[in-house]
Amino acid sequence: MAVVRYQRALAQALRDEMLADESVIVIGEDVRHSLRGVTKGLASEFGDRRVLDAPISEQAFTSFALGASTQGMRPVIEYQIPSLTFVAFEQIVNQAQRMHLMTGGQISVPITCFIPGSGARGGLAGQHSDNPYTWFAHAGVKTVVPGSASDAYHLFRAAIRDPDPVVLCAPAAALGVKGEIAPQEPGIGEAVVAREGSQLSIITLGHLVPYALDVADELADDLSIEVVDLRSAFPVDRQTIIASAQKTRRVVVVDDANRSIGLAAEVLASLAGVRLDAPAIRVTRADATIPFAPVLEAQLIPTKEKIRAAISRAKEERYV
Amino acid sequence: MSATSSEQGRAEARHRLMRRIRAFEDKLAELAALGEIPGPTHEYSGQEAIAVGLCDALAASDLIASTHRGHGHSIARGADLGAMFAELMARETGLNHGRGGSMHVADASRGILGANGMVGAGAPIVTGATWAARQQGGDTVGIAFFGDGAVNQGVLLETMNLASLWDVPIVFACENNGYAISLSAAESTSGDLALRAEGFGMRHVAVDGMDIAATVRAGREAIDDAREHGRPVFLEFETYRYSGHNTGERHLGMSYRTEEEIDRWRARDPLLGSAAIIGEERAQAIEQEVSDEIEAAVAFARSSAHPDPGSALDHMYAQTPAGGLE
Repeated sequence: MAVVRYQRALAQALRDEMLADESVIVIGEDVRHSLRGVTKGLASEFGDRRVLDAPISEQAFTSFALGASTQGMRPVIEYQIPSLTFVAFEQIVNQAQRMHLMTGGQISVPITCFIPGSGARGGLAGQHSDNPYTWFAHAGVKTVVPGSASDAYHLFRAAIRDPDPVVLCAPAAALGVKGEIAPQEPGIGEAVVAREGSQLSIITLGHLVPYALDVADELADDLSIEVVDLRSAFPVDRQTIIASAQKTRRVVVVDDANRSIGLAAEVLASLAGVRLDAPAIRVTRADATIPFAPVLEAQLIPTKEKIRAAISRAKEERYV
Repeated sequence: MSATSSEQGRAEARHRLMRRIRAFEDKLAELAALGEIPGPTHEYSGQEAIAVGLCDALAASDLIASTHRGHGHSIARGADLGAMFAELMARETGLNHGRGGSMHVADASRGILGANGMVGAGAPIVTGATWAARQQGGDTVGIAFFGDGAVNQGVLLETMNLASLWDVPIVFACENNGYAISLSAAESTSGDLALRAEGFGMRHVAVDGMDIAATVRAGREAIDDAREHGRPVFLEFETYRYSGHNTGERHLGMSYRTEEEIDRWRARDPLLGSAAIIGEERAQAIEQEVSDEIEAAVAFARSSAHPDPGSALDHMYAQTPAGGLE
C-alpha cells in the first residue's frame, strides 16, 4: 500500500466520498481554488453544483448546509480558519447539533464541519491558532481529531457517512505526517492503543500522537511507554483509557486545548476510579491567548520537550 | 360546480384555517393559565391571514421555516391539532414526541422545518433545503417566515444575499407586527425595512397582512414567480399581534403599547374581513365546528401519556455513538 501524507489522505477521502455518493457536496470559502489544499481539483472534477465557494457569511452558509442536509444531501462545510467555527458556533451547536433531539427524531443533519489545518503553526497569532475540538466536544457534537494518515482517511469518510453533525479537526502539525492507509479503522468514538507498553500510558490525540510515538521510541530503552490515541474528543472512549491506566498505573495526558475545562481534564476525571501508582500528569496549552512571537507561542502549547519533561516527572511522582 | 361556489369553498377553507389558528391560540392561553403548558408560548393571534394566505399557494413538496411564533404557520400548513396540543403539553404523542415544545414544533412530513427559538435562524435553513430540493430535480419553493425584529439580524441579511446570488426561490415573508418584544420597528430599524431587499437585487412587495384576499393574492403571485423564475422575493406584511410577545405578557408589567392601539388593530381583525367574504352564517357554523375540533384535540392531548423519564436521552443522535451516553 502506498505511503501518503495526511493531507493527501484527507483529499483522497473527500474525493472517494464524492465519487461514491453524489449527495456529498463541499461548501466553504476558497474551496474551488482550494486555499487549504484538501479540495484541490474537486471543482473541475465535480462542477460548481457540488463544490460551492460561499461568500464570507459563515452563519448563513453553515445553516444553508444544515438545510441542504435535511433534503438528502451530505454537505462538508470547510472552515478556512478554525475560529470561523466560532462565528458559526450557534449554527453548529444550537441549530445543527440540536435539531434531531428538538424535532423528536424527525430531522437528521448529516453535516461534516471540516477544519483543515487546525491548531497553532508558529506566528498565526491570537485569532488563527485555535484547535477548537473541546468547544464542540463539550456540546456533545461528535468530534474527531485524526492522528495518522490512515485515520485522516477513514475518520473523514466516517464523518461524512455519519447521519449526525461531525466536527473534524485536522491539525496543521499533522498534515505532513506520512503513513499507509489501512483497509479499515475503528469508528467515531473508539480509541486505539497506537503503541503497546507496560510502564506508562500517554493518552492523547491528533498531531500529539506522532509526537508521543516519537518520544516513546526515544525513551524505549528506559521505559516501556504505551500510547493511546483517543481519535475522538467526543465521545470519549473511557473504556480504552481505563484499561490502559489499569495496566500501566502511570498516566500522562497530552491535550492541545486550554488547560482548564479541557479534554485532559475529562480524561483525568474518567480515571478517578483507577488506582494509579502516582497522580496523573497533564500537558496542555496554557489558559491563554496565543501571542504572535513564535518564541512566546512555543511556551504555551504542548511540545515534545514538554512531553519528555512530563514523563520524567511521571516516573518520579508519588502520592503525598 | 360554479366558479362562485368553488370560490366560496376556497374562502371558507381559508376562514376555517384562520379560525383554527385563533381558537388554538385562545385555547393555549387558557391551558397555560391552568399550568398545563410548560415554558413560554407566543401567540400568532392577529397575524392569521399571513400564514393562511401564503400557505394557500404552496404545493405539497414546498418547504417552510417558522419562528418562535410558529403555531399559525404549522396549522396553516396542515399540522394535526391534537399532535400540536400534545407537543405543547409535553406528551409523547406530540409532533416532536414532547422533545421540542412550542418553540421547536416541526412536521417534516409537511415540509415544516420547524419553529425556531432564535430570531432569523430558520431563513438559511429553508434556503439550503430549498436549494437542495431543486438540485435534485424538484420545483420546490421555500418560505422563510420572520418578523420585523429579524431584519437586522446578520444571518438573515446573509441569507438574502445567498438566495439572490444563487437563485434560490425563497419567499422572504416579513411579518411586521410593529414590535420585537418591547422595541418598536421604528426604534430598531434604520432606513426602510423592505428596501434592504433591493440592496440584494431582490424584488419586494408590501402587503396588507390583515386582509386575507390581499395575502392570498400576494402569496400566489410571489410563490408562482419564485417557482417559475427560480429567484427569491421579499414580502413585507403589515400586521399586528393582539396578545403581546408571549402569553401572559400582561403580567410582566411592560407597558410599551396602549389599549387604544390594540383596539384599533382589533377593528382590522382578519377574521372579520374573512367573515364578511363568506357570510356571517357560514362563519358562525365554522366557528362552532372549529370549537369542537379544538375540544377534541385538547382531550386527545390531555389523555396522552408523558414521555417515559428513562427516555430522556432518546433522539439525541440519529446514530447513538458507540458506548452510549451518560
